Amino acid sequence: MSDKRFTKDHEWVSVTGTTGIVGISDYAQHALGDVVFVEVPDAGRVLAQGAEAAVVESVKAASEVYSPVSGTVIAGNQAIVDQPGLVNESAEDRGWFYKITLSDPSELGALMDRAAYDSYLKTLE
Amino acid sequence: MTETNTISGNRGLQVEEPLIFEMGCEGRSGVDLPDPAPVDLDRLGGVPRRGKTGLPDLSEPQAVRHYTRLSQKNYGIDTGFYPLGSCTMKHNPRLSEKVARLPGLADLHPLQPQQTVQGALEVIHTLAHWLKELTGMPAVAMSPAAGAHGEWCGLMAIRAAHEDKGEGYRRRILVPESAHGTNPASAAMCGYSVESIPAKENGRVDLDALKAKLGPDVAALMLTNPNTCGLFESEIIAIAQAVHGVGAYFYCDGANFNAIVGRVKIADLGIDTMHINLHKTFSTPHGGGGPGSGPTVLSAALAPYAPVPYVIESAGGLELVEGARAGTKPFGRVKGFHGQFGVFVRALAYILSMGSDGLRQASSDAVLNANYLLACLKDVVSASFDGPCMHEALFDDRFLKESGITTLDFAKALIDEGYHPMTMYFPLVVHGALLIEPTESESKETLDQFIAVVRGLAARARTGEAEGFKAAPRLTPRRRLDETLAARTPVLRWKP
Amino acid sequence: MRYLPLTESDRSLMLAAIGASDVDELFCDVPAAARLDQPLALPRHQGEMEVERAFTRMAGKNLSAGCAPFFIGAGVYRHHIPAAVDQLLLRGEFLTAYTPYQPEVAQGTLQVLFEFQSQVAAITGMDVANASMYDGATATAEAVLMACRITKRNRAILSGGLHPHYLETVETSLRYTEISADVLPPDPLGFEDLVGRVDSSTACVVVQNPGFFGGIRDLGPLAAICHEAGALLVVMVAEPTSLGLIQSPGAMGADIVVAEGQSLGMGMNFGGPGLGLFATRDKYVRQMPGRLAGQTLDVDGKRGWVLTLSTREQHIRREKATSNICTNSGLCALAFSIHLTMLGGTGFGKLAELNHAQAVMLEQKLKAVKGLKVLPQSYYNEFAVHLGDEVNAAQVVDKLAAKGVLGGVPASRFYPSWPELAPVLILAATETNTDDDMDRLVAALKEVL
Repeated sequence: MSDKRFTKDHEWVSVTGTTGIVGISDYAQHALGDVVFVEVPDAGRVLAQGAEAAVVESVKAASEVYSPVSGTVIAGNQAIVDQPGLVNESAEDRGWFYKITLSDPSELGALMDRAAYDSYLKTLE
Repeated sequence: MTETNTISGNRGLQVEEPLIFEMGCEGRSGVDLPDPAPVDLDRLGGVPRRGKTGLPDLSEPQAVRHYTRLSQKNYGIDTGFYPLGSCTMKHNPRLSEKVARLPGLADLHPLQPQQTVQGALEVIHTLAHWLKELTGMPAVAMSPAAGAHGEWCGLMAIRAAHEDKGEGYRRRILVPESAHGTNPASAAMCGYSVESIPAKENGRVDLDALKAKLGPDVAALMLTNPNTCGLFESEIIAIAQAVHGVGAYFYCDGANFNAIVGRVKIADLGIDTMHINLHKTFSTPHGGGGPGSGPTVLSAALAPYAPVPYVIESAGGLELVEGARAGTKPFGRVKGFHGQFGVFVRALAYILSMGSDGLRQASSDAVLNANYLLACLKDVVSASFDGPCMHEALFDDRFLKESGITTLDFAKALIDEGYHPMTMYFPLVVHGALLIEPTESESKETLDQFIAVVRGLAARARTGEAEGFKAAPRLTPRRRLDETLAARTPVLRWKP
Repeated sequence: MRYLPLTESDRSLMLAAIGASDVDELFCDVPAAARLDQPLALPRHQGEMEVERAFTRMAGKNLSAGCAPFFIGAGVYRHHIPAAVDQLLLRGEFLTAYTPYQPEVAQGTLQVLFEFQSQVAAITGMDVANASMYDGATATAEAVLMACRITKRNRAILSGGLHPHYLETVETSLRYTEISADVLPPDPLGFEDLVGRVDSSTACVVVQNPGFFGGIRDLGPLAAICHEAGALLVVMVAEPTSLGLIQSPGAMGADIVVAEGQSLGMGMNFGGPGLGLFATRDKYVRQMPGRLAGQTLDVDGKRGWVLTLSTREQHIRREKATSNICTNSGLCALAFSIHLTMLGGTGFGKLAELNHAQAVMLEQKLKAVKGLKVLPQSYYNEFAVHLGDEVNAAQVVDKLAAKGVLGGVPASRFYPSWPELAPVLILAATETNTDDDMDRLVAALKEVL
């Protein structure tokens, strides 16, 4: 089991070996409201940390998903493209956005763990 | 609430109406045309239409009833009070409609020889004269088709002026965080990057924060004044000086010019360019979303870059200039032909009707009405800023705290009371915004009734009737519509 | 003043409620240096009679199209508009409503827009259309920007058969962007080679059909070449009634269709407002600019309409929006839609046949004018003519006007620096022309040439 690491922009990444799974946090899906559209990156795309990787839209808001880590995309999650509501139902599990091969695992050190993210969320209230 | 079920699905004047595509029946027509002489289709480049268009056939009585019924599902200013902040929903004079339909103005082609359209050019020229006098600015580009189009026009003139001076490296535009979304979008279309500047506690631009962001790479400040919180930017002259101090220009979003016509001279505020929404300030119909018209006034520094075409006085009368003329460097053309002429006629009819005295009185009444609403509501609805406000009053959702009722619910409850809601969730700088713009068209009696209704709803909200608010509106042709469904599974046209 | 309901006594009572002694106090935030304390030196208010008189006087200085044999087109066309159209437009619930942001009280406007979108998609042969843009020129510029977003390429090829105002508007829109445009020279004979210019850097080819000089072309081969190169084909239709008789751009392979909708419902109004039509394929809908109405259900399960896919737009996306456009041309879209509803499929086809037949008859009658040559091989209701090598078409048009005939537009009005176009005149005929109009044009031409 891997632990999730979070960004201040509410992305998470969960890493096993050098493979990461990226999504948006439950807080983020709640803030957006009903998700109606997502765009996920194609396999093979090379992303730098912080680069625009995906798009998520609700009825009244649109937001970019920034890659929490650098690497090469393995696959986007077609399930959320077909059924965007999955992001609301299961943001931190089945509603993941893409899988990525990390090129620099040391980047993870700068991301927040769950406890740090939770206290960060408290500062936003 | 008890519902009367009917066999037809209609309920009195609330009549169900299908799509035209569901009513058509081949063999009818709403237009009688002469039979064309038979012609060979070999003049059609080898591509005559094959197959039907799929348009339904209806007779005139069916068409007239269809659109009449649809109109009855709409709320307009003619229907009632429409306090939609930032949109300026004031009475649309019917004289304007009448004169716009005079054949000598309506049945004119834009490319007729100029000697045959001197009266039309006079309309444009006279309106331009009024706009220049009312703002104190030396020039105006008449052709922009709407407010956002005027913003883009003003920024294009700014970019052209900087490029001409060899200062094309200026690529940053500063925009307050309370701005209309069109401001950053227009800036992006001119190749600019956009940076947001914060507001102070009192809802005005933070001059120190602005100064900190100014530099030699800034092209312009875009500032709405009166701003989107309904407040006059009291430090505007100092703002203009700071902007000019670094060689940047000052773009003013004139969406709220209606608050200050005849009371403030724009040129004296240090503004370089500003668009004017004729459909707001000068009462031309909004028509369910256009057409607008956004003439853009320009300072002497920017005037040479004004787009074509424009009207000048020449020896032979009025002349429409459609290309570059000596001493000018037009940045181009923003649309086909000469601007929203039909809107010009209506706006000029309003202006001539009101006159300089009436325009000034209208601004005064608009501001008085807004302050009256603010004064009569602020003890029960949380006002975001102390008065005085200009033409609109901004409230937020603090008064709904703990009630379980949102700004949206509150607005929907107003619909059942017979009002069009105020603007909601804009500007973004306060939480759950409710922006109320009464305009000068409303009588004290109308305002007093509205005040009583809002106070009544606020009292109900306090006593915890969330369910009633959540279920509103109940009395409209359709109740709350599922926007998530519409966006997740878009159905954007009729299909057989 | 008739538009202002407040009385002096209302004003006093209201000021008292506010706690201000004078309305000037409410303007206290205005810097003293910019305050106007007196009305400006401009005329004072007037009654309806006086204002109407002023407009009647200005209208009287114009030669309106209905008072002359009239053959001007070039992007604005004079058609008969059924009387019901204007009567319905004047219903206050349509005229005085705002953008339908509150769908429960705007189902009328929203259903009209949904029907309008469906009509536009049907006549252009496309999957989906938006709720309209400002006009044909700005819609064309938006189409180029959209094609560049989709293809992620930065080069547009613009046909020389494109209306010069559309060309100028596109070039102006691109002026400070990364996009460059290859603009082909004016093409009165329809000989330009677009196919040979398309390559893997091309974002789109923009072509008008029928062209500015009247010619019609089969766009199928061009569409195929574009698609092979990964480019989009943008087709502009300046005269939408032509779609009743000519194969739709969609059927010929267009990816984006833009059009000027003025011909239906709106009248000429000295060129504005116009109505930009904008249609595309389903797969590109999220890159489309402008407003969209969509179907949905209300909480009671009844069918209704809302504005949808708004995240493309400036009020949400701000500087990342597909366009800065905020309005559509709502009332013009309504006029267009009512006119098309009254025509129906049958009437739309018949109107187009009638227009074409009128142009064919005009060509026949013009054979009597010595030295005049019709330039395009094919046409719908408009064609360019060459009046003879030494003839200046602009002077001819002025002389015709002096005789009370509005006889077309000289090409030189758009192309002052192309001397070879000086003898070229563009003439249009529609269902509004009578045989007598045509005879008077021919007679007047014979006299002035």
